[in-house]
Amino acid sequence: MKRRFPLLMTALVFGYAFLYGPILSLIVYSFNESRLVTVWAGFSTKWYGELLHNQQLLDAAWLSVKVASMTATLAVVLGTLAALALVRFRRFRGRATLQVMVTAPLVMPEVIIGLSLLLLFVAMQDSIGWPDGRGQLTITLAHTTFAMAYVTVVVQSRLAHMDRSLEEAALDLGARPLKVFFAITLPLIAPALLAGWLLAFTLSLDDLVVASFVSGPGATTLPMVVYSSVRLGVSPEINALATIIVLLVSSAVAIAGVLLYRQEKRAQREQNLG
Amino acid sequence: MRRLPLSLPRGRGLIIGVPWFWLGLFFLLPFLFVLKISLSEPALAQPPYLDLIREMQDGLVSISINFGNYLLLWEDPLYRGALFGSLQIAAVSTLFCLLLGYPMAYAIARAPNHWRLPLLMLIILPFWTSFLIRVYAWIGILKGNGLLNNFLLWSGLIDQPLEILHTPLAVYIGIVYSYLPFVVLPLYATLVRLDLTLLEAAADLGCRPWKQFLTITLPLSLPGVIAGGMLVFIPVVGEFVIPDLLGGPDTLMIGKLMWTEFFSNKDWPLASSLAAVLLVVLIIPFVALRHFEQRSEEDAA
Repeated sequence: MKRRFPLLMTALVFGYAFLYGPILSLIVYSFNESRLVTVWAGFSTKWYGELLHNQQLLDAAWLSVKVASMTATLAVVLGTLAALALVRFRRFRGRATLQVMVTAPLVMPEVIIGLSLLLLFVAMQDSIGWPDGRGQLTITLAHTTFAMAYVTVVVQSRLAHMDRSLEEAALDLGARPLKVFFAITLPLIAPALLAGWLLAFTLSLDDLVVASFVSGPGATTLPMVVYSSVRLGVSPEINALATIIVLLVSSAVAIAGVLLYRQEKRAQREQNLG
Repeated sequence: MRRLPLSLPRGRGLIIGVPWFWLGLFFLLPFLFVLKISLSEPALAQPPYLDLIREMQDGLVSISINFGNYLLLWEDPLYRGALFGSLQIAAVSTLFCLLLGYPMAYAIARAPNHWRLPLLMLIILPFWTSFLIRVYAWIGILKGNGLLNNFLLWSGLIDQPLEILHTPLAVYIGIVYSYLPFVVLPLYATLVRLDLTLLEAAADLGCRPWKQFLTITLPLSLPGVIAGGMLVFIPVVGEFVIPDLLGGPDTLMIGKLMWTEFFSNKDWPLASSLAAVLLVVLIIPFVALRHFEQRSEEDAA
């Protein structure tokens, strides 16, 4: 084992450098004075100022945040139901199909999801008149569909490893199943719901391909604005935006991580006491 | 232990029915429309295709099915090339993801207990930050006057900037970079469960470390290798953003071609037939993925 250690360490260091180097370079060059992103010309925060005056970008960011929060909330409800169905009911008609339908969106190329949903929305509008036009609503429906698959996976593993003795005790004491769910099951799987919500939120906030297909005129999300600007070349404003996103996301993940860790510790302590 | 009558019968129906209905409507049903539109003819209309079933003036119903798109996909070397090109790029980048991800996952699985969680978090964290922006970061690094070339020129290793951006190499780098977390996580999950006493027994019997690895560790971690590999291979075959931003005009991938047919040429039927072919091609790796996932679920249970 000892002899292989340097090799493993090298792989680990190289791997992390590979993962974080590009993100670091984005952050460093967002403070570059020069418009030529890769030539250092002194420290400046002017690109952050320009970002705040870019109305198109701010509008797109607001739309993306609205879509992402609705998506995350819907996806948590639907994903939790799907996870409950798959973990708690071992046998029912259509179980295999449901299992496939929650796994497939995880790997399905986005171009297929986007195109197929667009064709569905067009056909639905033609025949039943809903959804009327394409925009915020169709993007939210599309994002919820693939985000709920991720939520299902997260909640499913929590449910499968959950200690069910508390639920059983409550049922033995005569609590109604619905009451047991809200008073016991839900608090126990709350960390997974939080993780699933955050995951669905970032997936929706990040999606370019599906949104481009199912969006209509007038509904431009943040990734769509970033994409059209990136196609024209590197721009320091995008670096500044990237820095803000990276900081927001990593602090959100760090806070969630600390909260989950504390809760886990508390649960362990309580178990040890009891 | 008594079995739980977890919910009222009505509750059970809702718990199963609601997600089933949602996914059936927004995930399964759309594929039928892809199939239908792929068999129709393009038209200058809104939406830009002719319906398969049309009512004629005298009340007759005409059904016209057009296999032309599929014929075109088969006969035109552009589309065939894009399909095989995508499969090749996906296979090669999956291999490189595994070659880089395996030692990382192994090192994390063998790290001291309190190190594992932070190391894993560091693998997952980039996955949470914008995919588009992480791909964009590579443009600044790889382009002609980018960071990599500046560094290599400054250090004297080269005296002409390397052309990496807009080549297949840039696409490979972008894919391996973006999909690396997807192989590390399942590999870690299988490697951390590995029974170390097997390795000790082999060592006691005089088996060399590399032979231990080839005959014990590698075969036992095969489910993780396949799961991780498929998690990269399947989405990469249809990848659009990476070949579009980092690749050149000669990097033909089916996802990018579909995007062009749809957005630039407004040929919805052809784009649909490309999607249908892609879907059929991906069924086999998907079944393999499901098979190994089910096995590891059973192992865990």
